[in-house]
Amino acid sequence: MMNRLHGPLGWALLLLAGLVFPFVTGNDYHLTVMSTAYLFAIATLGLNLIVGYTGQFNLAHAGFMAIGAYTVGILTVDHGYSYWLSFFMAGAVTVAVGLPLGWVSLRLKGHYFSIFTLCVGYIIYLVIEKWDDLTHGPVGIIGIPAPEPIGDFGFETPRAQYYLMFFFLVLGVWVMRRIANSLLGRTFMAIRNGDELAEALGINLMRNKLTAFLISVLYAGWAGALYAGFVRFLGPDLAGVHHTFDMTMYMLVGGLGTLIGPLLGSISVPWLTQYLQFLQEYRFVIFGPILILLVIYLPHGVVGTWLGWRARQAAAARAQAKPE
Amino acid sequence: MEIFFQQVLNGLTLGGIYSLVALGLTLVYGILHVPNFAHGAFYMVGAFIAYTLMTQWGVNYWLAMLGAGVVVAVLAAVAERLVFHPLRNASGLHPMIAAIGLLLFLEAGVQVIWGPDFLRMPTPYTGIFDIGGVTAPAQRLLIIAAAFTLMLALHLFLTRTVMGSTIIAMAQNREGASLVGIDANRVAMLTFAVSGVLAAFAATLYAPINLVYPAMGHLVITKAFVIIILGGMGSVPGAILGGLIIGFAESFGAFYVSDHYKDIIAFVALVVILSFRPQGIFKGAH
Repeated sequence: MMNRLHGPLGWALLLLAGLVFPFVTGNDYHLTVMSTAYLFAIATLGLNLIVGYTGQFNLAHAGFMAIGAYTVGILTVDHGYSYWLSFFMAGAVTVAVGLPLGWVSLRLKGHYFSIFTLCVGYIIYLVIEKWDDLTHGPVGIIGIPAPEPIGDFGFETPRAQYYLMFFFLVLGVWVMRRIANSLLGRTFMAIRNGDELAEALGINLMRNKLTAFLISVLYAGWAGALYAGFVRFLGPDLAGVHHTFDMTMYMLVGGLGTLIGPLLGSISVPWLTQYLQFLQEYRFVIFGPILILLVIYLPHGVVGTWLGWRARQAAAARAQAKPE
Repeated sequence: MEIFFQQVLNGLTLGGIYSLVALGLTLVYGILHVPNFAHGAFYMVGAFIAYTLMTQWGVNYWLAMLGAGVVVAVLAAVAERLVFHPLRNASGLHPMIAAIGLLLFLEAGVQVIWGPDFLRMPTPYTGIFDIGGVTAPAQRLLIIAAAFTLMLALHLFLTRTVMGSTIIAMAQNREGASLVGIDANRVAMLTFAVSGVLAAFAATLYAPINLVYPAMGHLVITKAFVIIILGGMGSVPGAILGGLIIGFAESFGAFYVSDHYKDIIAFVALVVILSFRPQGIFKGAH
């Protein structure tokens, strides 16, 4: 029974749960919490591609999310573009910014890469905060329009918004699953396991790292674009490194380098925070130590540890089944 | 010409503070090969301890600085033991995430105790000197003098004492140090304690001309990382020189280029330099 939950059946159950959720809760606030969780889940999926699969800890991820969001905000509010056109522009702009930044930063390895991207994230934050003429500075962008209706389907109500986020999350998971199971995904994992090893296999390091980086920031950029149409207000705070830290936590709780782990992490942690609402500002008094304990005692996260346990069980079962 | 010297003075002030923070960071990196993202939180905690000692307990400025140094040294050593020691054999990613956990915990903890507000640290040195047309607030002169005294003291500690030499030995060659009987665990804790003292002193020196608040460490630590990348991670002279370079770049940049964008100057310098020399300025290769 448990084994059947792993393949398509498990995904179908999750899909069904997501589809019926609005009918079960009936509470707009819950829908908003869940939609926000989906948004960050999409960005976390992207972060997991570069960190979990490829092994490069990019600390500028929230910055790219902000670039996507601000592209939508600036184009719709200041230049009168439609939401959906801006949405596609957001992807293009994020990749266009990510290409030179990725090319420069991926020449650095390990800690250097992480520290460098930390600084890149800070530059993005400071540019957004200081460049008043373009980004409205610390005031932020107010009055971003909701996505225009597609056919008869409008996106004004919380329920419609929920399904919009859910649609993109499903799409994001499906694409990520295709990538992870493809030769490209295996290539990324080979790079994670060691630059020299991967190079010995004939893998072009720079090209593949850059590919992973660009797909990763594209997820972030589009998550940001959805954020802009959902929250409809933007401030420089979105680019803050603490958002990257949040996503790192989601990823780690679930399990680095697994598909379902970051997904479960980014949905369960915000709900946990909702229930610890009195802690909202101080939540890291609890989550900080949890993060440290996880890294020390459960470095593969909940899902990763469970998968490892299952693999060992299966191996033991095979060993027993074999005649002496 | 007065304006020029004014910027030199500002550059020395900023550079002195940045160097102190970067020194602690670079020492820890040299020993443990961990980029300690929580170092800025040590800096911030130091400022809060000194602030409380001075305003609540009426302690004198210098004693408050000493008290902050002791508290943060203990805090840093305990952090090494509880957080980084168990991860000494883990892959590069995990100690970084643990450091982030520590950073988030310390910031939230300070917010619980002191609240999120901006506080102003008093200083007994409020006078302003006039040196040939250059206005020099006493606190800035104090920062410059104290920072360079501390750097000298650190240099003497590392080169003239057995305890300090164990840090250098460990940074140069881990196995070699163990072979001659140096206790790796003790050195790691000692290094963290020294880095904590430097951070707390830097914070207490700088806070009177700035503000005390939970996020005060963010910009300083990020710049300290820029500095140690430029100067070579683990290099002591590199951290001092790098700190001064960034300090001067900022003070002159703020005046001659744009005050509005002065905080970006350090990062842009990093991006430009690393685009041409991925190994940093002072290092052959890493």
